[in-house]
Amino acid sequence: MAVKAITPDYKGEALDGVDNFHGNIMFHVNWEKHLMFCAPLAFAMPPDAPFSTLLEETLPTAYGYHPDWKKVDWSKVEWTLDHEPFDPKPDASLEENGIVHRSLLRFTVPGAEGIADSGS
Amino acid sequence: MSRKLNLRERYQRMTRDLAWEPSYQSKSDIYPQMEFEGIKIEDWDKWEDPFRLTMDSYWKYQAEKERKLYSIIDAFAQNNGHMNVTDARYVNALKLFLTGVSPLEYAAHRGFAMVGRQFPGAGAQVACQMQSIDELRHVQTQIHTISHYNKYFNGFHDFRHMHDRVWYLSVPKSFFDDAMSAGPFEFITAISFSFEYVLTNLLFMPFMSGAAFNGDMATVTFGFSAQSDESRHMTLGLEVIKFMAEQHPDNIPIIQKWIDKWFWRGYRLLTLVGMMMDYMLPKKVMSWREAWEIYFEQNGGALFEDMARYGLRMPKYWEQTIEGKDHITHQAWGIFYNYTHAAAFHTWMPDNEEMDWLSAKYPDSFDQYYRPRFEHWREQAEAGNRFYNPTLPMLCQTCQIPMGFTEPGDPTTIGFRASDFEGNRYHFCSDGCKDIFDNEPQKFCQAWMPVHQIYQGNCGGATVPDVLDWYHLNFGVDNFDYAQSPDRQHWQQWKGEAAEESDAPDEAA
Ligand SMILES: [Fe+2]
Ligand SMILES: [Fe+2]
Repeated sequence: MAVKAITPDYKGEALDGVDNFHGNIMFHVNWEKHLMFCAPLAFAMPPDAPFSTLLEETLPTAYGYHPDWKKVDWSKVEWTLDHEPFDPKPDASLEENGIVHRSLLRFTVPGAEGIADSGS
Repeated sequence: MSRKLNLRERYQRMTRDLAWEPSYQSKSDIYPQMEFEGIKIEDWDKWEDPFRLTMDSYWKYQAEKERKLYSIIDAFAQNNGHMNVTDARYVNALKLFLTGVSPLEYAAHRGFAMVGRQFPGAGAQVACQMQSIDELRHVQTQIHTISHYNKYFNGFHDFRHMHDRVWYLSVPKSFFDDAMSAGPFEFITAISFSFEYVLTNLLFMPFMSGAAFNGDMATVTFGFSAQSDESRHMTLGLEVIKFMAEQHPDNIPIIQKWIDKWFWRGYRLLTLVGMMMDYMLPKKVMSWREAWEIYFEQNGGALFEDMARYGLRMPKYWEQTIEGKDHITHQAWGIFYNYTHAAAFHTWMPDNEEMDWLSAKYPDSFDQYYRPRFEHWREQAEAGNRFYNPTLPMLCQTCQIPMGFTEPGDPTTIGFRASDFEGNRYHFCSDGCKDIFDNEPQKFCQAWMPVHQIYQGNCGGATVPDVLDWYHLNFGVDNFDYAQSPDRQHWQQWKGEAAEESDAPDEAA
C-alpha cells in the first residue's frame, strides 16, 4: 500500500538491504524455551561461511552461559529455517543451506526446557 | 474600546477575530498539508475551543507557575534534595525518564508548532500554539532537573546526543519521529488523542506518584507543573477526534486506523514505564497490571463505549494487552538486564521482598515464568558470574524494541511476524507492529535500526566500548549492574553505609 505523502509516488529508501552489510548477511537465531536470552539474536556473517562455524564457534559463544548448553547434541537438535523444517548440512555454507539475508533460524534441544523447566 | 469585554467576547476578539480570510493567495497554497491525508473538513468554524483561554491570560498563568516551580527547584538544589530519595537505585528510573521522555517534550513543542501552522482554523491554531509553548516549558523544567542530578549521578551528561543514537532511546525517538513525519491530522490524533487522552495517565500518574513515594521532589515539581497543562492537552485530544468525526463520515475509517496504530505504538512505548513501576522504584506505587486495569480497561473502555456513536471502536488488538499485562514488564526488565552493559543506566535483580511483591501482584505469571529466571540470574551474580548477553538482539522493525515479547497465550515462545517488501524481509514483535508496517512500508523500511546500524559499521566500531564511545557513554561508569556502579559506591559514602563485603565495588573512589 502506498504511504500517504505530500509528494506524489513517494518512495522510501530501505536502510537495511544486504548491500549495506559489506559482504555479510544478517540473520537471526532463536533458542526455543530459553528466554533467559531475552530475545532472538542477530548475526552478521559472510554467506560462504560454513554452517559448522555457527555450531562450533558462534552459538557456543552466544549461548554457552546457559546451564542447558551442555545438553546440546547437534545430531538431535531440531531446526526450522524461516518457519519450515530444516536439516542443516554442517559442511555446506550458510548460503548453500538456504540461509539468506534476514533469515530466521530456530532450534529446539530435546529435553532442555530452561531453568527449572520454566522456559527460561 | 471603552466598555469592558466579558470573557466570551474577550476570547472571541483575542482568538478567532485575529484570523482573516486570505484574498491574494489561495487557501491551498497557504495550508498545503490539508488534503493529502484524506480528512475532509467542511467548516473550521464548527471547531469548539475546548478551553476558552486567551493568550494574555495564558502568559499570566504560566508565568505564575514558573515562578513557583523555579523557587522549589532552587530550594531542592540548595538543600541537596537528591539525598532524600529512597535509594540510589531509584535514580535509574529517572535516568530512563529524563533521557527517554524529556526529548519527546521538545519534539512535541516542534510538532505542535508545525501542525498549528498547518491548520486553517483559528481555534485549532491557538490551541496548538499554546500547547507548543507548554511543551517547551516542560522540556526546560526537566533539563533543570537533569542538570541537578547530573552533578551527583552518572548517565545524564549528554541526553541530547544520546537520544539520537542509543539503542533503547530509539524506541521513544522513533515513536515521535513517526508522528512528526505524518500529516497534521495524524500527528494530532497520535499525540493529542491516543497518547495524551487515552494513555497519558499511565505515564504521569504512576511516574509522579512514584517520584513522590521515593522522595524525589524535583520530579514531583516538574511533574505537577506539567500536569496542570495536561487537562488542556487532553481536552484538545478529545475535541480533535469529535471535530473530525462530525465533519465528514469519510473521516471515520481513517481515524480508526490511526487510533489502532497509535494505541499499539503507545502501548509498546509504555512498556518501559511499566518496567519502571514494577522494577525500578524502591518503594512501589502500584503494579503495571493494576495501572492498566484502571487507566485503560476501565477508563479507556468507558471512553470507547462513548465513541461508538461516531462509529469508532476499541483499538485493534486491545485484547492482547489484557493478556500481556501479566508479562510485558518482566520481559522488558529481562531485556535491560541482558543488555545493561550497553545502557546509560543500571539494572539489578529484585531482592526477596520485591520478588514476593511481584508474586503477589502477578499471581498468574511471576512464579511460574519469571521467578526461576530471576533467581538464577541473582545466584549467578552473587557468585561473580553476572549475566550479560554477549550478542546483539533481533529488533522489531516498528517499535524497535528487542523481540522479547511472547506469543499471546504462550509465555514461553517468542512472537514472530514478518513481511516481505520490495525484495527485503522485515520482522515484527506482534500483529500490531506488523499491521503498522504493512500499512506504510515505504515509511518503515527507512527506520534507523540500532542493531542493523552497528552491523553496517555506522556506530563507531564493532565492540561494546567502541559503540558506547560513539553513544557518549562512559564505559564502566554509566553501564553495568548497579551492584558495581560508582553511583552505588557514592551513595553509600554519602549515607555513611558500609558496603557489604560480597558485592562491594572493587575500586575506591
Ligand atoms: Fe509535555
Ligand atoms: Fe514491535
